[in-house]
Amino acid sequence: MIYFDNSATTKIDPGVLATYDKVATNIWGNPSSLHKMGDRSHQLLEASRKQIADLLGTKPHEIFFTSGGTESNNTAIKGTAIQKREFGKHIITSSVEHASVANAFNSLENLGYRVTRLPVDKEGRVSVNDLRNAIDSDTTLVSIMGVNNEIGTIQPIEEISDLLENYPTIQFHVDDVQALGKNIWDKVFTPRVDLMSLSAHKFHAPRGIGVLYKKEGKMLSPLHDGGGQEKGLRSGTENLPAIAGMAKAIRLLLDDEAEKANREEAIKAKIVNHIKDKPGIDIFSPLSEGFAPHILCFALEGIRGETLVHTLEDQDIYVSTTSACASKTADEASTLVSMRVEDKIATSAIRLSFDESNTMEEADQFIKVFDKIYDHFAKINHLGEN
Amino acid sequence: MVKYTEVMIRYGELSTKGKNRKDFIGRLAGNVTRVLNDFPEIEIHPRHDRMHIVLNDAPFEEIDKRLKKVFGIQTYSPAIKVPKTLEDIEKTSLELMQATFKDGMTFKVNTKRSDHQFEYDTNQINNMVGDYLFDRMDNLKAEMKHPDLVLRIEVRQDAVYISNQLLHGIGGMPVGTAGKAVMMLSGGIDSPVASYLAMKRGVEIEMVHFFSPPYTTEKALAKAKELTGILANFCGKINFIAVPFAEIQETIKEKIPEGYLMTVQRRFMLQLADRIREQRGGLAIFNGESVGQVASQTLESMVAINDVTTTPVIRPVATMDKTEIIERAEEIGTFDLSIQPFEDCCTIFAPPRPKTKPKLDKAREYEDRLDAEGLIERAMAGINITPIYPNQTFLDDKAQEDADLL
Repeated sequence: MIYFDNSATTKIDPGVLATYDKVATNIWGNPSSLHKMGDRSHQLLEASRKQIADLLGTKPHEIFFTSGGTESNNTAIKGTAIQKREFGKHIITSSVEHASVANAFNSLENLGYRVTRLPVDKEGRVSVNDLRNAIDSDTTLVSIMGVNNEIGTIQPIEEISDLLENYPTIQFHVDDVQALGKNIWDKVFTPRVDLMSLSAHKFHAPRGIGVLYKKEGKMLSPLHDGGGQEKGLRSGTENLPAIAGMAKAIRLLLDDEAEKANREEAIKAKIVNHIKDKPGIDIFSPLSEGFAPHILCFALEGIRGETLVHTLEDQDIYVSTTSACASKTADEASTLVSMRVEDKIATSAIRLSFDESNTMEEADQFIKVFDKIYDHFAKINHLGEN
Repeated sequence: MVKYTEVMIRYGELSTKGKNRKDFIGRLAGNVTRVLNDFPEIEIHPRHDRMHIVLNDAPFEEIDKRLKKVFGIQTYSPAIKVPKTLEDIEKTSLELMQATFKDGMTFKVNTKRSDHQFEYDTNQINNMVGDYLFDRMDNLKAEMKHPDLVLRIEVRQDAVYISNQLLHGIGGMPVGTAGKAVMMLSGGIDSPVASYLAMKRGVEIEMVHFFSPPYTTEKALAKAKELTGILANFCGKINFIAVPFAEIQETIKEKIPEGYLMTVQRRFMLQLADRIREQRGGLAIFNGESVGQVASQTLESMVAINDVTTTPVIRPVATMDKTEIIERAEEIGTFDLSIQPFEDCCTIFAPPRPKTKPKLDKAREYEDRLDAEGLIERAMAGINITPIYPNQTFLDDKAQEDADLL
């Protein structure tokens, strides 16, 4: 089996699962309980928070636990919009965000907020100039992803941060769900970032747990009201086994980060270099500094992405059409459409996403299988003729 | 990295003579041995003028951290033992200088020679080593009167010892030389500082801590023990004596007018501390009271409380401001722990309006209403003594489990 769909989800790490199991079995008191079982859980909760903060370079009280990337994004976006509604109702995002960001903006638009969706260039990147022009005195929020989940574009978070230095009251949110552990952290998590989202199951931790970073002093209106956990920002009994598992998974992820990212990049390079000159192949994730090392999106003209996914699946190779969340619903990749890629090519795109568990042998194996598939479809579609 | 082979310790406050001096050196050697006992390879040779430690490959950096906290050490110098050849002396001198020299510093070479058979005399060695260093290092400047660095070369019978650092100890008297006392440790900011100051004058202390379950939590007790663990760095070991106090507090609450709750409670605490002192062979009682800081620490309160004993009650922080005490606590390393908010037995049953000027005769009169002797005996029967060693933790005893999980 070759699993090249790590941007959709990853396999849980056995050590992380062992931690989950031990905590669920032995440290199951409610962290809010006054007795020593509660104390024990509370201590582990805070130790997890501290470890994550240390690894991400933040303060422990800036780390909030949520149910995952979707909740972190919704809390950051709606929480800011509601919190700052007295100061302005204009909010800015890009046109290539994950659905959990894009649809949060759609909902707010329905509630009367003014939304600007920044266009992207042919690499899927927003322009800082467009952002500069979009900002007005009503703007309270800018939300731009760190790494695009469909094609791997690294957004210019550093340049945006420089621009936003001039607008200290605008809350800057970065969806970094695809960006952690890829040796690009400084590019996508700057000191100007106020809010940042992570999802644990993207790095071998359990589902249902994620992080929202909220910079000291920044205000968010909570979406979940209740018992006041997570300093009132996210009520609900803390999911301690998953939190501890996530803390461990981040530690493992960042261990030898550069070496792992290089390995992923090498796999991507091997496949890109093999297929790039074939007629009918369009590569949307070039080998460049501006792209994450682990995502490779390309189209084989004339064959729907879905067909290609199933053909590879028959050979026990698992990939996606573009974002897995959209794979079953949308007909076309939203990022590619925003890049003004022709519809018929956009619908032919597939996404390979690697992680540190993948090997060069798997890349070789993929190439072998892909060549056969390619030859078959090329013949049908007369690719490379004329 | 320079690898030191020995450490030379110079004694502090050695105006003492004769038997006292022997006791001073003996205690200091014992205390040094105790703080270094996890390095069995180390040899400690106490002599009448200085103490000589042979590291035998133990890392000086770690030893250094420990020696910094031993009372009775004035200064100490790490040294390197080398064979008695000029070549070895020069080579090691250069290494040492390169490790410690910073641009702009002045230096001199200071040779002492107890082996008068050695082929060079002190002046020759000074000159040759000085020249050797000048040839190999930039920006060196000699200065005879007040050099920043002194390279000391001692030529002895067995070998040559070279050092160029003079490190400062914390001074004071070796713990134990001034005798034994009990310390009333609450868990706040002041009493750990008072403990430190008692030890600084050579007093061997044992902690007396009052706890009142279920009114106080296990954590308050653990916190006091952990503070003791920090303070044990200064002497190697401290006995921690936990005294159950709930019954006394409940009885006082039931039978004594509110304005005197606190005064009578304190009288009981002092009586218990005095009993324990007697039992343990101590000579005095120390506490962390600071004049006027709270209702129980006004001079009037001290009169009404101190009444229960004629044993010396010594209050090392009596005249310090809170800010001075906090500064001290930060230096000692107890502040962060002291401010952890666990309710201790001084705050529970605290009356809303305690008398700041209690009357001695009233305090006596109210206390007479109680079966004081019975209460004290029962509390004494319940005391629990635990030896506590440097940096032992009690509060956070799951940290290792957390680390393993994460």
